[in-house]
Amino acid sequence: MAFGTAILVFFAAVVTTSAIVDGFVPPSRIQSIDPTKVAQTPPFDRPGLHKVADRAYEAYYVARVFSFNPAEIRIPVGSRVTFYVTSADVEHGFSIPETGVNTMVTPGWVSSVSHTFNRRGTFLLVCNEYCGASHHNMAAKVTVE
Amino acid sequence: MASTIQVPTTPNAPGGAPESLALSRAGGDLLVLTHVYTATAVLGLGALFGLLQALSRANLIVLPAGFDYYRMLTAHGVLMALVFTTFFITGLFTFAVYRAIPRVRSLRLGWIGYVVMLVGTTMAAVAILDGSASVLYTFYAPLKASPLFYFGATILVLGTWTVGADIFLNVAWYKRERPNERIPLPAFMATCTMIMWVIATLGVVAEMALLIPWSLGWTSGIDVGLTRMFFWYFGHPLVYFWIMGAYTIWYTVVPTTYKGTVFSDGLTRLVFLMLLLLSTPVGLHHQYLDPGVAAGWKWLHAMTTYCVVIPSFMTAFAIFASFELGARNAGVRGFFNVVRWLPWKNPVFAGPALGMILFIFGGFGGIVNNSYSMDVLVHNTMWIVGHFHITVGGPVALTFVAASYGLIPALTGRKLFAPRLALVQVYTWFVGMSIMSIAMHWAGLLGSPRRTADVTYFGAQGAATWHTASLWAAVGGTILAASVLMFIVVATGTYFANQPAESKPQFDFAPARAGDDAVATPAVLDRLGRWGLIAIALALLAYAGPVIQQIEAHAYLAPGMRTW
Repeated sequence: MAFGTAILVFFAAVVTTSAIVDGFVPPSRIQSIDPTKVAQTPPFDRPGLHKVADRAYEAYYVARVFSFNPAEIRIPVGSRVTFYVTSADVEHGFSIPETGVNTMVTPGWVSSVSHTFNRRGTFLLVCNEYCGASHHNMAAKVTVE
Repeated sequence: MASTIQVPTTPNAPGGAPESLALSRAGGDLLVLTHVYTATAVLGLGALFGLLQALSRANLIVLPAGFDYYRMLTAHGVLMALVFTTFFITGLFTFAVYRAIPRVRSLRLGWIGYVVMLVGTTMAAVAILDGSASVLYTFYAPLKASPLFYFGATILVLGTWTVGADIFLNVAWYKRERPNERIPLPAFMATCTMIMWVIATLGVVAEMALLIPWSLGWTSGIDVGLTRMFFWYFGHPLVYFWIMGAYTIWYTVVPTTYKGTVFSDGLTRLVFLMLLLLSTPVGLHHQYLDPGVAAGWKWLHAMTTYCVVIPSFMTAFAIFASFELGARNAGVRGFFNVVRWLPWKNPVFAGPALGMILFIFGGFGGIVNNSYSMDVLVHNTMWIVGHFHITVGGPVALTFVAASYGLIPALTGRKLFAPRLALVQVYTWFVGMSIMSIAMHWAGLLGSPRRTADVTYFGAQGAATWHTASLWAAVGGTILAASVLMFIVVATGTYFANQPAESKPQFDFAPARAGDDAVATPAVLDRLGRWGLIAIALALLAYAGPVIQQIEAHAYLAPGMRTW
């Protein structure tokens, strides 16, 4: 029991240190948006990939049953992409398996998560929160060239 | 004799019991039996829906219209997580209180509670099965189910409060009559858990206060973030409600299968108080990946969640110590000898013991999930589904099923039907659950999303690796469904075969270890009302900040919609 508690203290110390020192915190952006006016609200009025510097991009996604807009983005290998995602209807998820990209997409809020793509290939982007009858078809692509 | 229960456990026990007591015991037996059989029926139905999902997700069958995946998923989740467990636990606690406390007040409140729970369940089940509430057991807004679903769920909760009131009144009456006596341990556990449950379900009732007017069209929009926060305020202590039900059996009933004792009265009470205090201020660990919730609050809940693991470590220690002491009393020493000596051929022992093995792995997985930044790798993947199947579906459900093999004969005076099948059943469950939950964890690590009817994504490359794990999950799920069927055969067979037992079968609570009398336990531990107030204060401390932040953010209200 003492051993178990010591392990818990160790875990707590590791996640706390990594949060403070390395910034390993879960996506927690606090920015609200009117879910009924997503199409008129910048930057979501023009969803897609926007280059901000060499190998640095911002990608604005609108999640809506049962698709993501944009459906595909293409980026050069080594690019760091900051994703901004919001929902125009119900709760969605935004997950790129095999990467650390994973966030809830809650109507009324903007989610944000960053990732550096160091491996070439086509990544599947899925909605990983149930959103309705065709939820299992809600997916997009991230192609790293 | 040192015993936590100073009261004869049968009406015919030496010393005799007043006739009114005998009558109320018989009535109480029927009430508890009704709870157990309701839980059994719900488990059967839930297992059928679970099997359909497992086979469909592995692309082995195509679900017929009217049985679509998300409807089945909602029905399975609601029936298993909210209905089966709740009926069994409230029945168990009713039993614990009226068996442990000498005189029982009228059983009327208990019966009213049962009927209210049943009415609520029926309303919600009708809404789910007619397809108007395919919102899963988390019913995240702005998915908008029919009002029948929200009313049904609320009424189910109100029914549990009624059962809780019956338990509280009994225990309060006992304390007033005997201010110098300790609350018997099983009654203490029941009361402590029900206090925790009432505090936790305040969250879901608050959420319903937002959802019901909205589903009726009286309000046009809903604060989605706030409903999520209210849900998970309830969602995690729900897990501890299940676990405290299982722990009650582990601490007090399992030792009777090897003529053992409760290891420590004081430790057991302390564990339950810690669970009462720490179960609620932890819920944000389900919302690590939510926008609109500050990272600092999430971190706070990560730390409190680590704390709530400690009473489980204490439990592991106490249960294994009780095993060892029981063995020593029988003259058995040495690790392997003790393991061999334990009554593995008695399903009432084997079920909980196999559940404990599963729970060790479930606990490890839980610590991973709680690890703040690490959660991003597993959130909303099949890993989580694997985690709660190896916890609630393993230790908790298997303990309840196994306890039913003791409870049903004790309540009916009948011989257990097909006892060998009962034994095969608990081992089959263990095997099926191990295969299924390992496969689910594995699929989750590969990135396979949960709550998804079909994970082929039109043959996408990224999804290609998930199929094998889905197949293994279907294998495990099929074994589990077979196991549930065996349980139903034994449970209903015991009733209908109607074979009277030679001597009245008992479902007793173990005595305290010699020299560890409840009297020696600090009396302050029994001040449950005060501990409940502290639990409320802790919940407020953990949640006032995030809730105020949510309300101050003036989040936009989302209109409801039906997307299924």
